[in-house]
Amino acid sequence: MLSITVDINNAWLSAFLALVVIVLLMTLTALVLIYVERKFSARIQMRLGPMRVGPHGTLQTIADAIKLLAKEDLRPRSADRWVFELAPFAIFVPAFLAFVAIPFTRDWAVSFLDLGLFYVIAVTGLSFVGFLMAGWGSDNKYALLGGMRAAAQLISYEVPLVLALLAVSMVAGSLSLSDIVVFQGRVPLFVWQPLALYIFIVAALSELERQPFDIPTAESEVVGGPFIEYSGIRWSMFMLTSYANLFIYSLLGALVFLGGWDWPLGREIGLGWQLVLIFAKTSFLILVFMWFRFTFPRLRIDQLMSYCWKVLIPLAFLQIFLNGLVLVYEWPDGILLLTSGAGLLLAGYIVYRAVRAEPRRVRLVPARGSGTVAVPPQTAGAEVGGAGTGGSG
Amino acid sequence: MTVAQGIFYLIAALAVAGGLGVVLMRSTVYAALFLFLALLAVAGIYILLASEFLALVQVLIYGGAVTVLLLFALMLTRASDLPETMVGAQWPIAAFVSLLLMGLLIATVATSNWPGDADGQITRLFFNELGDALFRRWAVPFEIASLVLLVALVGAIILARQEEGE
Repeated sequence: MLSITVDINNAWLSAFLALVVIVLLMTLTALVLIYVERKFSARIQMRLGPMRVGPHGTLQTIADAIKLLAKEDLRPRSADRWVFELAPFAIFVPAFLAFVAIPFTRDWAVSFLDLGLFYVIAVTGLSFVGFLMAGWGSDNKYALLGGMRAAAQLISYEVPLVLALLAVSMVAGSLSLSDIVVFQGRVPLFVWQPLALYIFIVAALSELERQPFDIPTAESEVVGGPFIEYSGIRWSMFMLTSYANLFIYSLLGALVFLGGWDWPLGREIGLGWQLVLIFAKTSFLILVFMWFRFTFPRLRIDQLMSYCWKVLIPLAFLQIFLNGLVLVYEWPDGILLLTSGAGLLLAGYIVYRAVRAEPRRVRLVPARGSGTVAVPPQTAGAEVGGAGTGGSG
Repeated sequence: MTVAQGIFYLIAALAVAGGLGVVLMRSTVYAALFLFLALLAVAGIYILLASEFLALVQVLIYGGAVTVLLLFALMLTRASDLPETMVGAQWPIAAFVSLLLMGLLIATVATSNWPGDADGQITRLFFNELGDALFRRWAVPFEIASLVLLVALVGAIILARQEEGE
């Protein structure tokens, strides 16, 4: 879209057009994905989902959006004015910036960067500031707790995410998203790097703060977390960004692991087929993320952290180390698959052992006042995540 | 003034404003947020200097990890509730030292003979050359630096654990 060496008026104009297109795309994605998520969750839970507004409820999200825009934009009196009001932008802008470098098809991207993969990771990692700002600026203890949880979670899971993508780019030999897609012309990278794909999906799920990793915004623990005091258009900006990020990570996974717009139809296909392929692969990943949301119960924060630091990060280093051995000594590609597959089995065994292990005894913890109080046993999966994405807030 | 110059002055103004905000803001959380702004503006300057890799590392490490640590420490330790001491008894010494450091840095930058940039052109350094230099030619200093960081990390953990045990 953006041609580099034209005179200045055209460059500014095309940059402006690209910005408009990105904003429209983000809004549209959010509108569609909210509807899809509500319908998909309804299907999983044997409900109908939204049915009233429009045929099969297709206009429900638009009605919700109009409601949110018209809603009063409240700010608590004790909130810190600037930090509170700027927080939605601090979350929105990184997602917006990430769209700039993502190639949708062979020729469609705002900008093809040599370091595209690295750029997307670095820029999306900035959104934690928005969560901290929202949490601190609201002057609400639940918001602050949620903001802290969000920042801790984002910054921890960024490490395995970066390492897994680094392992993949070692195999592909490039950090440019287009080059990585071209590399997968015949065999997509999830074949060579199943362990990296697994780490990527878990880490992306955590970066997105979706169930089972929705600890920062858990309704039953911190009542919505950093967004608790927001309403109207600011709250809808958080929602918009969350769905835009879901789209970005799915698109990134489709480009890096599933062969993007090339595989399996080959390099010479037209724009139409490229769009079909990238759309199908991205939708597949989005549906996988949604399916996880309605399948797994929420983790505790200590489980989340120890899984990241004790399991995912060592496995990611193992993947990089093995890739280094195979690539330096130029062993056949099959060894990549073997070693990475073995790593995936190891990861699966660790999860299996943790799930099957005897639940820990309920510990007695002293209450703050006097005497001792037993912690009630955790009831896993008690909260059924309803379709409370479009309307509440 | 070309467009690139205009963008440079804009980013530089942002960086300076961020730096001033860090020093002048009474609330420490505000100061940390201004630091975030200043660090991102410096990343913008790296991009103008055609070193995208350095800019992205700056965004990832300084904009991401370092700021989050600062904000965490400030928000968790209730540092914002402490009495605000903007001006202590030592301010003349601090002012003298910072002015001295500034003069020294400016003098060094102005008098240094920067290799490769004598003709006003930016030498582009591709990130694979950077990687080559780091991991082949300067592999030993790189490893020593990482060891130093590891020692610092272990030391920090030991200090934190002792505090908890007491």
